[in-house]
Amino acid sequence: MINFSYTIWIPLLPLLMFLFLGLAGHKYFPKLSGIIGTCGLAIITILSYITAYKYFFTSEKIDGAFQKLTAFNMVWLQFTDKLHIDMGVLLDPISVMMLVVITTVSLMVHIYSLGYMKGEKGFERFFAFLSLFSFSMLGLVLATNIFQMYIFWELVGVSSFLLIGFYYQKPSAVRASKKAFIVTRFADLGFLIGILILSFNTKTFDFITLTNPTGTAITQGGGAAFLGLSIMTWSMIFVFMGGVGKSAMFPFHIWLPDAMEGPTPVSALIHAATMVVAGVYLVARMFPIYSIAAPVALEVVAYVGAFSSLFAAVIACTQTDIKRVLAYSTMSQIGYMMLALGVSGYGGHEGLGYMASMFHLFTHAMFKALLFLGAGAIIHAVHTNHMTEMGGLRKYLPITHMTFLIACLTIAGIPPLSGFFSKDEILAAAFEHNKILFAVEYAVAGLTAFYMFRLYFSIFWGKETQYHHTPHEAPYTMTIPLMILAFGAIVAGFIPFNKLVTSDGKAFESEIELMIAIPSVLIGLLGIGIAYIMYKKENAIPDKLATTFKYSYKWAYNKFYMDEVYLFVTKKIIFRYISDPVAWFDRHVVDATMNGIATVTQTVSFRIRGLQSGQLQKYAFVFVTGAIMLAVLLVYLWK
Amino acid sequence: MDNILTLFVVIPVLTITGILFLKDTRQVRLVAAFGMGLQLILAAVLVFLYLTARHSGNTAEMLFVKDVLWFKSLNIHYAVGVDGISVAMIGLTSIVVFAGIFASWEVEFLTKEFFVSLILLATGVFGFFISIDLFTMFLFYELAVIPMYLLIGIWGTGPKEYSAMKLTLMLMGGSALLLVGLLGIYFNSSPTGGQLTFNILEISKVTIPMSAQRLFFPLTFVGFGVLGALFPFHTWSPDGHASAPTAVSMLHAGVLMKLGGYGAFRVAIFLMPGAAHELSWIFIILTSISVVYGAFGAIAQKDLKYINAYSSVSHCGLVLFAVLMMNQTAMNGAIIQMISHGLMTALFFALIGMLYGRTHTRMIYEMGGLMKVIPFLSVCYVIAGLASLGLPGLSGFVAEMTIFVGAFQHHEVFYRVVTILAVSSIVITAVYILRVVAILLLGPTTNEHHEHLTDAKWFEKISVVTLIGAVAAIGLAPFWLSTMIGTSLHPIVDKIIALNPF
Repeated sequence: MINFSYTIWIPLLPLLMFLFLGLAGHKYFPKLSGIIGTCGLAIITILSYITAYKYFFTSEKIDGAFQKLTAFNMVWLQFTDKLHIDMGVLLDPISVMMLVVITTVSLMVHIYSLGYMKGEKGFERFFAFLSLFSFSMLGLVLATNIFQMYIFWELVGVSSFLLIGFYYQKPSAVRASKKAFIVTRFADLGFLIGILILSFNTKTFDFITLTNPTGTAITQGGGAAFLGLSIMTWSMIFVFMGGVGKSAMFPFHIWLPDAMEGPTPVSALIHAATMVVAGVYLVARMFPIYSIAAPVALEVVAYVGAFSSLFAAVIACTQTDIKRVLAYSTMSQIGYMMLALGVSGYGGHEGLGYMASMFHLFTHAMFKALLFLGAGAIIHAVHTNHMTEMGGLRKYLPITHMTFLIACLTIAGIPPLSGFFSKDEILAAAFEHNKILFAVEYAVAGLTAFYMFRLYFSIFWGKETQYHHTPHEAPYTMTIPLMILAFGAIVAGFIPFNKLVTSDGKAFESEIELMIAIPSVLIGLLGIGIAYIMYKKENAIPDKLATTFKYSYKWAYNKFYMDEVYLFVTKKIIFRYISDPVAWFDRHVVDATMNGIATVTQTVSFRIRGLQSGQLQKYAFVFVTGAIMLAVLLVYLWK
Repeated sequence: MDNILTLFVVIPVLTITGILFLKDTRQVRLVAAFGMGLQLILAAVLVFLYLTARHSGNTAEMLFVKDVLWFKSLNIHYAVGVDGISVAMIGLTSIVVFAGIFASWEVEFLTKEFFVSLILLATGVFGFFISIDLFTMFLFYELAVIPMYLLIGIWGTGPKEYSAMKLTLMLMGGSALLLVGLLGIYFNSSPTGGQLTFNILEISKVTIPMSAQRLFFPLTFVGFGVLGALFPFHTWSPDGHASAPTAVSMLHAGVLMKLGGYGAFRVAIFLMPGAAHELSWIFIILTSISVVYGAFGAIAQKDLKYINAYSSVSHCGLVLFAVLMMNQTAMNGAIIQMISHGLMTALFFALIGMLYGRTHTRMIYEMGGLMKVIPFLSVCYVIAGLASLGLPGLSGFVAEMTIFVGAFQHHEVFYRVVTILAVSSIVITAVYILRVVAILLLGPTTNEHHEHLTDAKWFEKISVVTLIGAVAAIGLAPFWLSTMIGTSLHPIVDKIIALNPF
């Protein structure tokens, strides 16, 4: 056995950094805090790489399968004998892979931010929040039990809230951060209810116990049926609801585009590479239950993923804010990952979708972080987010241009870049399972290539825009991370995921199926080709198309009016038809009743106080009258 | 060491006596702060002694018991004793009172009288938590309620006479029910015909006849429930809090409302578990209404204190809700929730008072963008808000999750469904907290008069940091608190279950 107990420092170090920078940063070393934060992250990146190496290449396999190791565990809060929240570190292929993803991207973002955020007010606050986020995200992926995951799930939510609202004096940023928090909180309600139902049924929170394919949690059957589905299925659907919120799947996706109000490095880290894939990670973490005990819930995962990926890809084709295009692209790509999990089975080659999903998560983290950081460099240079105000930037930003092109080719699935491999595996898995979903994803692959190259051509080619200041290439702190990530995006495809990260921990054989690969490359090229014709040089085709398909364009451009639907529900229903009446009812009915009682008491007391007049004659009169009446009564009764 | 509990009443009385002899307001403040600081240290000592005693294997139900016969013909005793639950409540009280003294550092009008009333109130609360004799307990309870009338009526703001009167009358109405309930318990405390008693421990050994329980349980529960803001008897809370001065709001919402929850648990449910079990569904419905209704009510408010008052209705509703679930975990959660809410809400009211002292308004729409102007107070407000909406790492999360997990272990489907309803309040809470934070603190500074406010002074920092420290300590390391409460709950829950086999 290798001792992995040091891994507890991987999440702890960022926590200490957060406390340190948060409490002392702004007073003593505002300028240095960036360097301190980055160094801290560099240390845990190295630790993570060491862990990955030791886990994948030197740890002992049992029966050819990677083991789930609990490197550290302590009871944090005891509910009952069996139900207790632990804090610990669970190492298995997916958590170790996530460690590598998170620390790599986070380190790149830290270095990049040293340049990007330089001179911003609240520089030290930014790095403190980044540390908080790193801590939360690492705690989330290393969780040993579902409640620990929920805890860190909430913490990444609040870090995301703080970072989206980083420019807290900007009303749009405040609105966006609030929206992100509340929408995901609503989804998390589902997650919590799911946990409650699940723990009631299985009497455990522990992942290893829960996901053991031969354990009681899975084999006990689904429990009683409710509305035609077993309790287990319901609980897994509820748990998935949390994932839908965090991963911005339809219909809880509306917070993600608005979240682009945050600083661009944050968008790269949280809203592209790490936090938004937490939902995928959650499903992967619980996968044996989904696959064996709740297959209906897994179907839901597949359809939600597929629909979201198509929905987002269509919207992405019409947006003009480059960060929003990337946001919808993220949603679409995460839809791919969800779909891949949804069409997967458990064990061996059946688990192709699972492997593909994790593979895509890995490659997507590289190329999407690269795209966002590239977008940040562009925005840094031209001070606008709108691609209509850009054009011809390839001359001014050579490094950004090359790395951005690499990222676009990767996401479009052009071999031998990494996106090709992971997407191909997903399509293959979908093809084996469900032809309709395969067709949808195949179309999305074409759309993806189209909208990415629409973006690329509009920014770097297209019309020659006159800029106020000549745009200049970003400083090295920003371009070096771009180059490193570009390198990652190129080579990540050659990592043998089928040997390392599989549904049951055992390696299986998978090869590129030309039947799937060739058409998928062709449709990617087709998308690029159309984008080339429409946007390489300024021309009238895009406008013509927009007027021809006026209504569908308008719907897509307005994101199918989902925001308006939400606004209606929150503003009208919650505020106007629930809260205001409740407040009115409380004042004018409940409280008025209490006041009414007081008024009645007072009125009655005013009326009857005349009896206590203090006049002796009156008392004597009443006394005598009463006595006579009583006497008469007695005499009458005596007879 | 035997008399350590009595010290909790003696120190405040000595402090009050000391203050009465002073003239200078500065000295009054210092003596008050010193006395309550001593009380805080004493509470820490008590926790330490309690844990040591338990560690050394003392399994008596109550520790540090002291029993003096007081009024022989009715068998009334001055009887005190604590278990883990009361120790926790005493700790809470001493922290909130300590912070409250510092939050009212700048009371100018009748300073001496103010601190005397405030500490008198605290005396009542401490006395209540250490008592194990129903009569003494009731006495202390009344002692806590009466200074409240003066504190709001004299040092309050807005329609203070109205609010003070309303609050006092409603609480007195509750007391009336309570007194009948307590006497009912007393007269049934010895069904076999022996000496009647007010002592909780002795009563808990006998079974009060069910016919009596059915009558007196609702009286006692509602009597305490009025103080715990049970729907529909909660309306004193928004008006009372809105008019009360800062420290009184802190003490009232932070501690006094907990008397309701604590009493409902220690007296109503513990002594009459049969009726509690039978009738719990009625009160479960009322409390779950409190939880959701309070939260929705808070969304629509515009005055900071009203928002917090409604939020308290929601959070305190959760306490009574959990107590009625009558299982180990949920009850444990209820106690933690009392402590957590006490600290959080005291923090909120302290901050609201500090904001009001600067901006002279509590209307959220008259403020905006304060984060830039007074960052310290604003950050503290955000932390209080995050604690209130149940962010992990702060106390609210621990309390709520213990309640939800506990309540969901209930074997009857009805109770689990209601639990899901109560769980949904976490979203509504997030809505009203973030709404306030966004309007009040974030965005551009909207009111030009607020551009040059000064940030927290040293005494304000002491007050706020003490409370935040406690909130974070429970949130980060809940294990010891939960265990301390849990071990004391075990015998109680066992007794309840033994009397009412489910």
